[in-house]
Amino acid sequence: MSSDLATARPPLTLLSEEEIMFRDAVTALAEGEVRPRVQAMEAAGKVDPALTRQFFEMGLMGIELPESLGGAGGTAMMIVLAVEELSKVDASAAIQVDVQNTLVEYPLATYGTDAQRQRWLTRLTSNTVGAYALSEPGSGSDAFGLTTKATKVDGGWRLSGAKAWITNGAEAEIFVVFATTDPALGYKGITAFVVEKGTEGFAIGRKEDKLGIRASSTTALHFDNAFVPDENLLGEVGKGYKIAIDTLNVGRIGIGAQMIGVAGGALAAATAYLKERKQFGRALAEFQGIQFQVAQAATELEAARLMVYNAARLKDAGQDIAREGAMAKLYSSQVAERVTSVCVELFGGYGYTKEYPVEKFYRDAKIGTIYEGTSNMQLQTIAKAVLR
Amino acid sequence: MFDALLPLTETQREIQRLARDFAREHIAPFAAEWDRDQHFEPSLVGKMGELGFLGMLLPETYDGLGLDASSYLLALEEIAAADASAAVMMSVHNSLPTQMLLNWGSDAQKERYLKPMARGEMLGAFALSEPDAGSDAAGLRCQAVRDGDHWVLNGTKAWITSGTYDKLVVLVMARTDSPDARRGSKGISAFVVTPDMPGFGVGKKENKLGLRASPTVQLVFDNLRVPAENLLGQEGQGFAYAMQSLDHGRLGIAAQSIGIGRAALEAARDYADQRRQFGQPIRSFQAIQFKLADMATRLAAARATLHATAAAKERGERVTQYSSICKLFASETAMFVADEAVQIFGGYGYVKEYPVEKYLRDAKVTEIYEGTSEIQRVVIARELYV
Ligand SMILES: Cc1cc2nc3c(=O)[nH]c(=O)nc-3n(C[C@H](O)[C@H](O)[C@H](O)COP(=O)(O)OP(=O)(O)OC[C@H]3O[C@@H](n4cnc5c(N)ncnc54)[C@H](O)[C@@H]3O)c2cc1C
Ligand SMILES: Cc1cc2nc3c(=O)[nH]c(=O)nc-3n(C[C@H](O)[C@H](O)[C@H](O)COP(=O)(O)OP(=O)(O)OC[C@H]3O[C@@H](n4cnc5c(N)ncnc54)[C@H](O)[C@@H]3O)c2cc1C
Repeated sequence: MSSDLATARPPLTLLSEEEIMFRDAVTALAEGEVRPRVQAMEAAGKVDPALTRQFFEMGLMGIELPESLGGAGGTAMMIVLAVEELSKVDASAAIQVDVQNTLVEYPLATYGTDAQRQRWLTRLTSNTVGAYALSEPGSGSDAFGLTTKATKVDGGWRLSGAKAWITNGAEAEIFVVFATTDPALGYKGITAFVVEKGTEGFAIGRKEDKLGIRASSTTALHFDNAFVPDENLLGEVGKGYKIAIDTLNVGRIGIGAQMIGVAGGALAAATAYLKERKQFGRALAEFQGIQFQVAQAATELEAARLMVYNAARLKDAGQDIAREGAMAKLYSSQVAERVTSVCVELFGGYGYTKEYPVEKFYRDAKIGTIYEGTSNMQLQTIAKAVLR
Repeated sequence: MFDALLPLTETQREIQRLARDFAREHIAPFAAEWDRDQHFEPSLVGKMGELGFLGMLLPETYDGLGLDASSYLLALEEIAAADASAAVMMSVHNSLPTQMLLNWGSDAQKERYLKPMARGEMLGAFALSEPDAGSDAAGLRCQAVRDGDHWVLNGTKAWITSGTYDKLVVLVMARTDSPDARRGSKGISAFVVTPDMPGFGVGKKENKLGLRASPTVQLVFDNLRVPAENLLGQEGQGFAYAMQSLDHGRLGIAAQSIGIGRAALEAARDYADQRRQFGQPIRSFQAIQFKLADMATRLAAARATLHATAAAKERGERVTQYSSICKLFASETAMFVADEAVQIFGGYGYVKEYPVEKYLRDAKVTEIYEGTSEIQRVVIARELYV
């Protein structure tokens, strides 16, 4: 009886054979192909296109999508595993994969028509990078205060306005864009469109010069009366806010995965160093003041990992994940920040230099508490759920 | 900010104002550029020297300003609020090499080095750490051997702040015991070294997370010939001199931390007033107010502790423990405050167009140098039993 229960409800961190195979393949890619490129990509502020091609070839750019659309027929849990493994090596490479899967493909697969799915998802799984454009210079946390305007014209819509902070903006060719068809309606005027690169009146702005995830492009987008045909409307007019929220709920699990990966990468580097580096005639790992900090960091990381895995498995089981996703993202990003900061400290002066990987992990970790909703916004979501 | 807690004298107020104006004009406008280019601005040394900022604690006989510790720390805070890199140059110079020369130097050494150092014609550096001896500084290996009227030094010093500057005076800690009769920390002596001495080399420059406008380099001594008269004080006392000086140095790092933190708090305070979301300034949200409140609370406490310690030091008290308390608390406060400032700026906090991401990068080093947080805790706990 109890063993039946155990198989019916396997522990969160116990992976299936398929998951293990998948994860090991990603780990091999991360170590073999990503790691040698990390420094060059960081310096160039760009993910190597050759690496992006490998993501496509391996099926990482359409993990959850069915094979009929060129996807790998996997699960949300596998997205988490992929993003976690990649983030242990480079959070920028990881976010490219994450945004593709969670913020672009998910809404297209969920809210698109069959024709739209065929049209865009087959490209997105095979060779085309996508982006998700909600934020604007004046509306971040208050995302639905956006002002990019969509005006109905014959056969389509004309978009005008500016988007800010768009991940993958420099590489993407397919953009999920949120605009308002009627500002007087507030959030009920928000509508989702798919805009392709090359559309007249649509331009990609400059790249942000950032603290971390420097190889990931973050750009502005400009719409100047850009014509978007009717068939590029995603879902219904005025229902874009639902698409945006639902998509970010899923996306947050991915950010959680990125954060546990970053923290895991930093902690692995630190534990190796602590066993090697000697002071006072002893390995640093022998000092209790060091051991307990490592133990605390590892414990927090484990707790964060459980939350992220649980949110992913809930999603795969078809459950609502708004609360669990927010909690997983909130906590894992806080843990990543604490753990990477401790790791810099554990490396002493060496941790402060670019010769060792921890200062980059620290800079990369800091984005987790900001994008896809700041920590305050997660707290707001969680508070609503808890106090309901 | 927080001045009401300190009974500032007229002189202290004046020094603070002078430093603030200087920092606003000569440092703040360039800080982002220097950070980007890892540029150490050599003209700052002369300009700071002219104002007396490089001889703040030296008596007037050596062309110093003869000020009390609090005045110096207030000035340092102002410089750090503009740029932590400029501040560390000033802090190391005032707290370590000049103090070592003043306290244990011969009259001839003082005459020769302190005056130009106070005037900004020479800049001080402090060389204790080595690649394999950081927290365990007494485990250093740079070896000095007597050769007639010279000492010959061989070894590599690591992490030397301001080490690329040409008119440098470096206080170097090296072993004077012999390899077959090691005497631990008692086998270490201090030397006054300048780059013109044969055998002096500058090694690799560190590419750092923050504090990028402050050059941090290795110094490589290859049969460096140091005249015998450049031994500081007594042979075998170098480590003790260095440790005593670090009591002072740590107050400087605490002031630097508070400067960084204050700048971050001021930036966040102003941003929270201007930035609107949901139709109102974000400072109207309690979550933002509480962050600002916690930032202010920790900074006020760090600053009060620092100046109480400075006053105790002026009264001649032993402040080893309090120095470590100040440094530990102020550096962790700087990190906390800078981090919350980035958070209050949201996405804008993550980009180089705004100053807060630099505050965060700069703040991190305050938990590492002049003794890591772990080493401060070791000292504080040990001192409870003294
Ligand atoms: C590197 C990077 C990549 C990004 N990628 C994308 C992307 O691909 N697509 C996209 O659409 N966006 C993207 N973003 C934008 C990101 O989601 C926003 O930056 C984020 O939502 C915060 O918005 P903001 O920057 O305008 O900050 P603000 O909303 O101005 O927030 C400032 C501060 O106020 C707080 N605050 C705001 N409102 C409240 C409230 N009601 N109660 C309490 N506190 C509040 C916030 O928590 C924060 O601390 C990205 C951002 C970055 C930095
Ligand atoms: C930007 C910068 C500027 C600097 N400027 C100078 C300078 O001008 N002159 C100079 O001499 N030095 C300078 N330093 C060196 C600095 O003081 C050392 O980096 C610092 O003392 C730590 O030594 P370490 O880097 O060798 O780290 P390690 O000593 O190797 O420490 C690694 C980790 O182990 C911990 N640890 C070590 N021993 C113990 C213990 N017994 N118990 C518990 N934990 C322990 C440390 O706290 C740290 O977390 C500078 C460093 C930096 C980064």
